[in-house]
Amino acid sequence: MLKIENLHVSIEGKEILKGVTLEVKKGEIHAIMGPNGSGKSTLSSVIAGNEDYEVTKGNIFFNDENIEDLSAEERAHKGIFMSFQYPVEIPGITVTNFIKTAINSNLKARGEKDMPANEMLKKIREKASLLEIDSRFLSRSLNEGFSGGEKKRNEIFQMAMLEPTLAILDETDSGLDIDALRIVASGVNKLKNKDNATVVITHYQRLLDHIIPDYVHVLQDGKIVKSGDKNLALQLEERGYDWL
Amino acid sequence: MSLKEKLVSSFLAFELDSDINSPVHDIRSKSIKKFEKIGFPDRKNEFWKYTPIKKVLNEDLTIFKKKRHLIDFEKVKDFFLGGIESYKIILIDGVYDPLWSNTTHEGADICILSSVLEKEKYSEVISKYFNTLIDKNESFSLLNSSFSKEGAYIHIPKNLELDKPVEIIHINSGCESSLMLQPRNLIILEKGSKAQIVESHYSLGEKNSISKGSKANHNDPVTNTLTEIHVEENANLDYYKIQNDLETTSIIDNTYIDQKKNSVASCHTFSFGGNIVRNNLNFYQNGSNINSILKGITILGSNQHTDHHTLVHHASPNCESHQEYKGIYNDKSTGVFNGKVLVDKIAQKINAFQQNNNILIGDHSSVNTKPQLEIFADDVKCSHGCTIGQLDNSALYYLKTRGIPEKEAKGLLTYAFANNVLENVKMQVLKTKIKKIIANKIGVSLGFEL
Repeated sequence: MLKIENLHVSIEGKEILKGVTLEVKKGEIHAIMGPNGSGKSTLSSVIAGNEDYEVTKGNIFFNDENIEDLSAEERAHKGIFMSFQYPVEIPGITVTNFIKTAINSNLKARGEKDMPANEMLKKIREKASLLEIDSRFLSRSLNEGFSGGEKKRNEIFQMAMLEPTLAILDETDSGLDIDALRIVASGVNKLKNKDNATVVITHYQRLLDHIIPDYVHVLQDGKIVKSGDKNLALQLEERGYDWL
Repeated sequence: MSLKEKLVSSFLAFELDSDINSPVHDIRSKSIKKFEKIGFPDRKNEFWKYTPIKKVLNEDLTIFKKKRHLIDFEKVKDFFLGGIESYKIILIDGVYDPLWSNTTHEGADICILSSVLEKEKYSEVISKYFNTLIDKNESFSLLNSSFSKEGAYIHIPKNLELDKPVEIIHINSGCESSLMLQPRNLIILEKGSKAQIVESHYSLGEKNSISKGSKANHNDPVTNTLTEIHVEENANLDYYKIQNDLETTSIIDNTYIDQKKNSVASCHTFSFGGNIVRNNLNFYQNGSNINSILKGITILGSNQHTDHHTLVHHASPNCESHQEYKGIYNDKSTGVFNGKVLVDKIAQKINAFQQNNNILIGDHSSVNTKPQLEIFADDVKCSHGCTIGQLDNSALYYLKTRGIPEKEAKGLLTYAFANNVLENVKMQVLKTKIKKIIANKIGVSLGFEL
């Protein structure tokens, strides 16, 4: 599904990723771990289509299509979703209206009709309850004044609504208390199926107690230095990144 | 003959038609004399530095309309709030239209000013309230006072909570060329009373009018409107202005609001179009525990210009004022915000907040924004801020990652920016109406029902 080949990425002339190669197949969960500044967030941003980053070398294929020249919205239409580490606050637009616009934009891009209002409402209710989201929360301004946990839950709620084929969760556990972590992780697990894939980017192992990865990769200084199964994460937790 | 000369000479004819024994005759005469002395302001006047008002004050303006025009109900009803019952005062080309209006004298007086000015039983109220708040050195206020005759008169008695909102609708029929109108409103909320008022301006343009046989006129009307509002103790007023007019129409609006202790008054100004629109909004706080709220949304395009000059005069201790104005400027449109906060020495422990945020979308759009704080008390909280910028790129990217295309994402962010000011609007039908106008102005489909 996702195939990254020898990817080199710079921002403002500074090279952050120095040859990343990664393949994610459908049905898989991959975890990317690494110390601060290793390029984890750069990797997620460049997959999602952030134009601030420049690909200087290498390729990103999504379902065998080179997506380098696609805009962020076009990548979303193809089924790529990113949960932000720091979701943006947008006063003046409610969570509900935002998600309606997003859903209908995606449908339109795929040449389909708008989702009927009652169907939309039903889906919103269903996904909100999956993430234990109160209905009052849905009529608040997007992310404005939300706690860290509310912001992350809202990200996963959007993911649940949009049903992407590839979800990248960028530091989704940061700022979460243990209850919020459990709710978010259980939401992600319930959304998992044999046709979609998840890339979890995290600094700590604790999220991986809840979302069990098939593969763990360690990113250090812009390169994947080690890959393994879930036990690699446990080893890292015990021995730190210096051990590598 | 200049417009000023034309106005001064028209005054004689205007007063011929009026009752010279009326209590306002003296006011009118004094006003025209003062106006004759000071004339119209030019841009050397600091108060008018960024608004070239003389551009629209040409000698071709018609002072007296030639005949009365009727407008089809289908056209008028588009201007109503709709969906709720309301009192209505409708003025077509400055003349009261009894056909579509809905006035009352039961409980409250909601009617036209001309009938009140002429009646003996109102003389006491008139002498107590009429023309008592205006800035007697301001040209347009003086001019309006000289020709003050028609407009809304709203008097809410003690402790009455008005059962439905009042709509004051000014319609320019477009049947006559370039009228200069001088509507005048007087609004009194007695102690403990409560009211919601929506005032709007619309022009039909020649092709919309049903008047047959009228030639296509050159029509650049100017409306010089003045509203005096008295909010007595514990009274509560919400005032909304909708300025969504043709690109040829200019409006000068002077509004004076006097508040007594424990009262709350809000004024929302929605400026969505016109040629040159100037709002002078003045709040005077005379008593403790007063709250004044001034909010505004301005969305302009083409060569339109809107100028908001606000004044909050804190003359008493323990009061609050909140100002929040947002502007969105497309094409070559221009805007001004000048927010003056005057705090008297005795007005201790007040909290005055002021914020003006602007987004410049058009490459040739511009805005001049200026907070003007004059504080003579030493124990007060006064804050102000202004921004001029573009849409937030990180927010734009966030929306795009959710599959919302750039154009729609920009539209949605622009909508959100403006919409945020509507939070305190209690009247749901009005809120929806304004949201629809905003969405329409932004010109992209938002993907959800309003």
